[in-house]
Amino acid sequence: MNRAPAKNWDIEDLGEGRLALNMGPSHPAMHGIVRLLVTLEGERVVSADPEIGYLHRGFEKTCENVTWNQCIPYTDRLNYVSPFINNAGFALAVEKLLGVEPPARCQYIRVLMSEISRVTDHLTCIGASAMELGAFTVYFYLINAREAMYRLGDLACGARVTPAYARVGGLANDLPPGFAAEAAAAFKAVRENLADADRLLTRNRIFHDRLRGTGTLTKEDAVAMSVTGPALRAAGMPFDVRKASPYLVYDRFDFDVPVGSNGDNYDRYLVRMEEIRQSLRIAEQALAQLPGGPVNHPSYAVILPPKAETHGCIEALMAHFKLTVDGVKPPAGEVYQAVEGANGELGFYLVSDGTGRPWRVRVRPPSLPLTAALPAMVKGGYIADVVATFGQINMIGGELER
Amino acid sequence: MTGTYLTDAVKERFPEDVLGTHAFRGDDTVVIRKEALPAVAAFLKDQLGFDMLMDLTAVDYLPREPRFELVCHLYSTGRNVRLRLKCPVPAGDASVASLTPLWPGAGWFEREAWDMFGLDFKGHPDLRRLLMYESFEGHPLRKDYPIDRHQPRRDDGAGRTDR
Amino acid sequence: MGLETAFGHSYLTTRLDEAVNWARKYSFFQYPFVTACCGMEFMSTFASTYDIARFGAEYPRFSPRQADVLFVVGTVNEKLAPVLRRVYDQMCEPKWVVAFGVCATSGGFYDNYAVVQGIDRIVPVDIYIPGCPPRPEAVLDALMELQRRVDRESVLDRRNK
Repeated sequence: MNRAPAKNWDIEDLGEGRLALNMGPSHPAMHGIVRLLVTLEGERVVSADPEIGYLHRGFEKTCENVTWNQCIPYTDRLNYVSPFINNAGFALAVEKLLGVEPPARCQYIRVLMSEISRVTDHLTCIGASAMELGAFTVYFYLINAREAMYRLGDLACGARVTPAYARVGGLANDLPPGFAAEAAAAFKAVRENLADADRLLTRNRIFHDRLRGTGTLTKEDAVAMSVTGPALRAAGMPFDVRKASPYLVYDRFDFDVPVGSNGDNYDRYLVRMEEIRQSLRIAEQALAQLPGGPVNHPSYAVILPPKAETHGCIEALMAHFKLTVDGVKPPAGEVYQAVEGANGELGFYLVSDGTGRPWRVRVRPPSLPLTAALPAMVKGGYIADVVATFGQINMIGGELER
Repeated sequence: MTGTYLTDAVKERFPEDVLGTHAFRGDDTVVIRKEALPAVAAFLKDQLGFDMLMDLTAVDYLPREPRFELVCHLYSTGRNVRLRLKCPVPAGDASVASLTPLWPGAGWFEREAWDMFGLDFKGHPDLRRLLMYESFEGHPLRKDYPIDRHQPRRDDGAGRTDR
Repeated sequence: MGLETAFGHSYLTTRLDEAVNWARKYSFFQYPFVTACCGMEFMSTFASTYDIARFGAEYPRFSPRQADVLFVVGTVNEKLAPVLRRVYDQMCEPKWVVAFGVCATSGGFYDNYAVVQGIDRIVPVDIYIPGCPPRPEAVLDALMELQRRVDRESVLDRRNK
């Protein structure tokens, strides 16, 4: 059955004066594990062939063997730089399958935590790619800002990186008291660090020269290559799932979608910088509008009853038992739910056969089309631009290879 | 129900090839015969403006026959609508026409579907494994592949088997 | 070191041990073999809040030949296993390996066809850090434990693991 031809790694098809360069799998300028076989002519890239799969962890297969709610910790580790978005997206997809809607407070908190996650993701992306281009100070500034955001996640659910905060039909727990004040302080810290980074990078001659005009992808090519997210917006297409098909309560907030015009690395950087500010705007609005009430769906067929109730009420005890052992049971069917991940459209395609375990969980990874488009982006450029481009597409192995 | 004009449009144009339509939870879905995939896909792209292939994957419905199902999620950037296109693929002839000529973005999705399910995409320019390694036998996301069956790699990571 | 043949088991050797171990434990040159989620906490440990430089281990060497400590940060799957082994083989003695997080330790909750169930099936491991991912405090704790371990070694030991 294994029909595909083995890749010929021997260097024999190279023309006169060409050089094959192997970057990775473990390479200092590649955050994440990916192998890039580059063919060079002098310093110019003739072709590039990314090889991925070094972080394939069998996410989709594993999900078929656990209950719907047990998938949630695995979704954390898809895009581990913005785990709340994965959490919320998966829970939203299962809720769509069930045909239920969580309470308003839950939806606001999910938006809030998603935007906090988007900020951490963009901060990490900019910080890491700046570091790879030699701007180490920026990395420290932005990681400091990220620490402030991690602290918020830690307060909300007790984990910095892998929160597993969402549940089907609600959340693991409500926000702790005093969260709004902590968040306000954290957002202030992020803004300060961001302003520092902005002063160091945006008009920096070296940084500008490394990014401007490199890794260019036109709007048409980006659409044809299924590229979404900051890379597509940098190419001039204002596609953002939060605006195009609003989910949760994104239609209640006032925010802008930054769009670039050149589709190069510098525009991607600018789009990300602006998105951080917009995300903070959304998060602040969500905090200000945060309604009261419960965070969990009222039906015990969807979400676990409060623990105290299981000790005194037989219905709650039975619901707890059924949900823990069998899991929540959506009707047979299929849904696709897209959310705006930090790198683009993050889609969950779920197939249920009516039992407590998924028949199929498919993740539409935003990183995959981006990485597939990498050869087109670096072709014709200098070898040094590969590093800049790779930093700006922000490949995240967890979601790319799942 | 919103959006069923889409499924109707496909049905009208390809009455013979559409096996069924539904809009479960608001996701417009068209199921077609796999032989008609290139024609329907071209119609959707050129006539209905679905310029973006959001996702392409497969599902294994073992023991049902036809066993596999190819699932594409299409998006129109101009009209902001989505459509799911599915076609059943029998286990005996697990092959289907490649969509890479229409949407270049399908290339890696199809490589992944080949890798994980063993679906052969006719006309794909470079159908290699994407996530697993060449010496891996079988296709892990098939329902008859045991989840805990490890296949330690016997080469040295550079493709040579000198270890 | 070469000197042990001249000194043998003697007072001079133990004095030499102290000097050598002192130098080694406060100047770890590490190779971050960063694959997955744990990399986020690894980055945090490096940055100013937790400041790994206090322990003299802030300097990553991306060539295994210049590194003393191999940090295996994150999940290692079957496809990556030979790569990890090759990196380890290229490191010069003395060398130590830290399994960072449960995936590197035991495969974690990825008990499936793709993931190696613990990197100790591929390379010998000195320190295991629990956590998914470990918090930076746990990483620093592991680093101090590694320093204590290095302190107990002798130049006479043949690190032939």
